[in-house]
Amino acid sequence: MDKRIFLGKIVTFGMAGILAAGLTSGAAFGQTIKIANILELTGSGATAGTNFKNGIELAVKEINAAGGILGKKIETVTMDTQSNPGIAKGLTQKALDQDVFAVFGPVFSGSIIVSMAETRRAEVPNFTGGEAANITQQGNPYIFRTSFTQAAAIPRVANYMTKIAKINNLAIIYGNNDFGKGGRDVLLKSLDQSKTKVVADISTDPGQVDFSAAVLKAKQSNADGAFIYVNEEESARILREFRKQGWTKPLIGQKVIELAGEAANGAISHVGLTVDAPSPAIRSFKTKFEKEYKYISDHNGMKGYSGIYILKAAIEKTGKLDRKAVAHTMHGLKVKAADQPGVLMDVEFDDKGDLNRESFMVEVKNGKQEVILVMPPISGK
Amino acid sequence: MQESETFVCIFACNVIHRDSTMTDFFQLVFSGLATGSIYALAALGFTLLWQASGTINFATGEFVMLPAFSMLGFMSLGLPLLASFALSIIVSVVVLGWAFKKAIVDPLIKFGMMPLVVATIGLSMVMRNTVRAGYSAEAHPFPSLFGNKLFSIAGVNISAGDLGTLAVALAIVFGLQAFLQKTVTGRAMQAVAQNTESATVLGINVNRMVLYTFAINALLATAAALLVTPVYLAKFDMGYSLGLKAFLAAIIGGFSNSRGALLGGLIVGVGENLAGAYISPSYKDGVALALFMVIILFKPNGLLGKAEERKV
Repeated sequence: MDKRIFLGKIVTFGMAGILAAGLTSGAAFGQTIKIANILELTGSGATAGTNFKNGIELAVKEINAAGGILGKKIETVTMDTQSNPGIAKGLTQKALDQDVFAVFGPVFSGSIIVSMAETRRAEVPNFTGGEAANITQQGNPYIFRTSFTQAAAIPRVANYMTKIAKINNLAIIYGNNDFGKGGRDVLLKSLDQSKTKVVADISTDPGQVDFSAAVLKAKQSNADGAFIYVNEEESARILREFRKQGWTKPLIGQKVIELAGEAANGAISHVGLTVDAPSPAIRSFKTKFEKEYKYISDHNGMKGYSGIYILKAAIEKTGKLDRKAVAHTMHGLKVKAADQPGVLMDVEFDDKGDLNRESFMVEVKNGKQEVILVMPPISGK
Repeated sequence: MQESETFVCIFACNVIHRDSTMTDFFQLVFSGLATGSIYALAALGFTLLWQASGTINFATGEFVMLPAFSMLGFMSLGLPLLASFALSIIVSVVVLGWAFKKAIVDPLIKFGMMPLVVATIGLSMVMRNTVRAGYSAEAHPFPSLFGNKLFSIAGVNISAGDLGTLAVALAIVFGLQAFLQKTVTGRAMQAVAQNTESATVLGINVNRMVLYTFAINALLATAAALLVTPVYLAKFDMGYSLGLKAFLAAIIGGFSNSRGALLGGLIVGVGENLAGAYISPSYKDGVALALFMVIILFKPNGLLGKAEERKV
């Protein structure tokens, strides 16, 4: 008899629960805001994807602890693309079937470029860490960046190389993937009219271990500076090889890493986001992230973290959980770090989903990144 | 006027080029030898297990990755590199030697080669993902045993790390060869691999010999980790490409010969560098596969391999 009463109670409570949920939500969404993380958790993008995911989860934890967005908690579902664009596309479709409010990721440009067709069709806002220029050039109103596009970042680097570092003959070493090739193409275009001539144009493989041939080619070209545009680990190995072969001229890259140890000393890079930036919001993020995950976040962790807060700002400005309206708000959205510290830096979005904010030139000194120049947001944008 | 200037330039450039070409060539060859000795160390794992117990372990790359993280773990406790190395050898011999044999090889080997191959592939995935879950997907820097000192010999820059790796790899290969051929235990291990029944009749403790093989394999993997990780960086998937290259190198050199592993590794390392510089960087990764195909066409047992005359 006890059992029957117990069952009866469950049914009653269950019914009450369902009824309550129906009454309070009103809209098409339940008690939570569901977000899908479609990220590179294994394969060549694992470092980037995992950082991005950790950043997202930290932000979600904070927001939920503070009462959620418009009173609703965020719920995340994470899936692994294995750094494979085909799988990314399939998983995005799967996430959309689960009726998510927004999709975060993939980070790799080659993946987002194929998976964003799905979110566009379903009219679901999609935040990416991808930096390839063409992502936002396809008129997709549902794609938003969490970092600079190469089209915005590289001209700044080009400008630095020509005017400040005064490099006349440049060797380029790039990674043979969407990220590397995209960056190289923009750089070649931005250097077209400048005094800096490209004297060596060297492609390398993702995951390559021995860079002696590539560095040798750069040396033979008699360049007086080298621009390195590859992913993190390769970058560390290239820097070591440059030092080994006795290169003393400027080394400029998009990503400079502690992984290279002493070999990275003196290397200069342009970064959109760095935990070493002189800003209280970023310092606080750095501490919180390190406390949670026991390591220091890279820029991808910052992208994921700030991305969630940007979405929060957009939803709050819209005032309702409507995907279309939120995507509309995102275009032209301006968020100040003073009002919403989670966005880390003042940021604004244009009508294509590209963002604009300050960026940094950093130099590695004694194995640590130091900001040597704060570059203002691009004017007229 | 302009034409003649161009001509002069081309001529002058050629002269300069030829002069530096030789140094460049040697630079490439030497860097290739250093990378190749890394492949060779991992390849040794394949040949050793094959020679002494007739098994192929496709988790060989992960067998190098795990000690790397074990050393990182000990170092994070404040131990110096060599002490961490010594402790990691113990951990490896227990986990990658004894436990691997007891838990995977012993129950599966009686069903033939295929189930074991599949099991080791599965094991490699388990190991990769466990490390990723425990240590994050980040690459971790790893200190070099030999420091970052640079030498310049006739214009060729050589780092102490490269030199040390090459020397240690050579020493390990020849040491192992000598152990297997000159000592009673080594000969007993070979006897077990060649004919288990006869070995038993001769009074050799088969089980112990096979266990020795796995223990030595684990020790080699730890030594390889010590040498390889400063270059590869400690990352959960560092063993993936290393394992593949090592497998190809072992086949090229000859699966049934430890010196074959060394030769195969060095050929792949140098070949990759030369192809990267003189053909195109895009062909770098294909070199090992191309060599592999050509060599098994003409020498199916590898360059130093002999036809197998034993049951497996």
